[in-house]
Amino acid sequence: MEWMAWTLPTAIFFGVIACLLVTFTVLAIKFPETPRVGVLRIETTRGDRLFITLLGSAFINLAWLGFVGTNQPYAMIVCAIYAAAVFRWV
Amino acid sequence: MDKTVNQKAWFLVLPVLVLVAFSAVIPLMTVVNYSVQDTFGNNQFFWAGLEWFDDMLSSERMWDALARQAAFSAIILAIEIPLGIFVALNMPKRGFWASLCLVLMSLPLLIPWNVVGTIWQIFGRVDIGLLGYALDKIGVSYNYTQDITAAWITVIVMDVWHWTSLVALLAYAGLQSIPDAYYQAAKIDQASRWAVFRYIELPKMAGVLMIAILLRFMDSFMIYTEPFVVTGGGPGNATTFLSIDLVKMALGQFDLGPAAAFSIMYFLVILLISWVFYTVMVNLDKREGN
Repeated sequence: MEWMAWTLPTAIFFGVIACLLVTFTVLAIKFPETPRVGVLRIETTRGDRLFITLLGSAFINLAWLGFVGTNQPYAMIVCAIYAAAVFRWV
Repeated sequence: MDKTVNQKAWFLVLPVLVLVAFSAVIPLMTVVNYSVQDTFGNNQFFWAGLEWFDDMLSSERMWDALARQAAFSAIILAIEIPLGIFVALNMPKRGFWASLCLVLMSLPLLIPWNVVGTIWQIFGRVDIGLLGYALDKIGVSYNYTQDITAAWITVIVMDVWHWTSLVALLAYAGLQSIPDAYYQAAKIDQASRWAVFRYIELPKMAGVLMIAILLRFMDSFMIYTEPFVVTGGGPGNATTFLSIDLVKMALGQFDLGPAAAFSIMYFLVILLISWVFYTVMVNLDKREGN
């Protein structure tokens, strides 16, 4: 594992993503759902919305770093608002 | 009667999962780890935080490479897709000539990237290459090692030569799947050639064309070997596309941290565009299904 050059923050980062994936898999098995059509006019399931949230969050973080440049943790607040919006309307 | 649902079949996917983890997920995780650290070799790493991402976001070099890459992909798509459709529409539908066309069209697809690069590298040379020599003799100034326009034209024509047949073959497959009844109905309505194309052929080809666009986009967006062999990214940096720049940074300069940050951003852009294509494709299929 040494060659992978792990650090605590990246380990936490991947741990959180792994937990999210497991949680959503369990949710999908316990509470099956039918896809719905939201503002993007495409059918999405919870998993799709998680993907859109994660991908969008990556771009939000990069944009924050590029345009604001300081206080990176605050970008997570924007991500949380974005996530809520995606799960509510997409 | 209720259908019993058995999810055990998912276990059959496990080997693929292991393979993908080994070949993609674990290397990607390592890249993420590299992107937040600095190294001087010897497998020793020092925490750098988001410094490399910040550097890359304000790096003119990366934005220039991205702009060149986007321009290259846009140009080759704008040429290869219409040209591929045009070729497919004019290919014989059946018989000996259809088979011959298919074989001839597949030939460029079988040639490895570096060989394609070498072919064009020699073909374009003014001293011994057929194309370069002929252009020089008729008085056209053409030198892809010194002139930016010539270098761009060479890499674009090379890509068109290599990959248009893929689009043509896919479009041809789409055309072959249209039942004759559609054409007969169009004939009864005295539809023009354009109307037949616009309302019958194009909609029926939409699915395969999306696949063709996705494949060509992905391939052109990560193109490395052909321009590297022909121009080496030059003259200057004129044909240094994203992957060429990335390899220079990661292996040439051994700047693992910045290169890792660069490749994560590269990956995110590809992921976003592929997701858009994929979503459009799936929705097209669903609309057709309805």
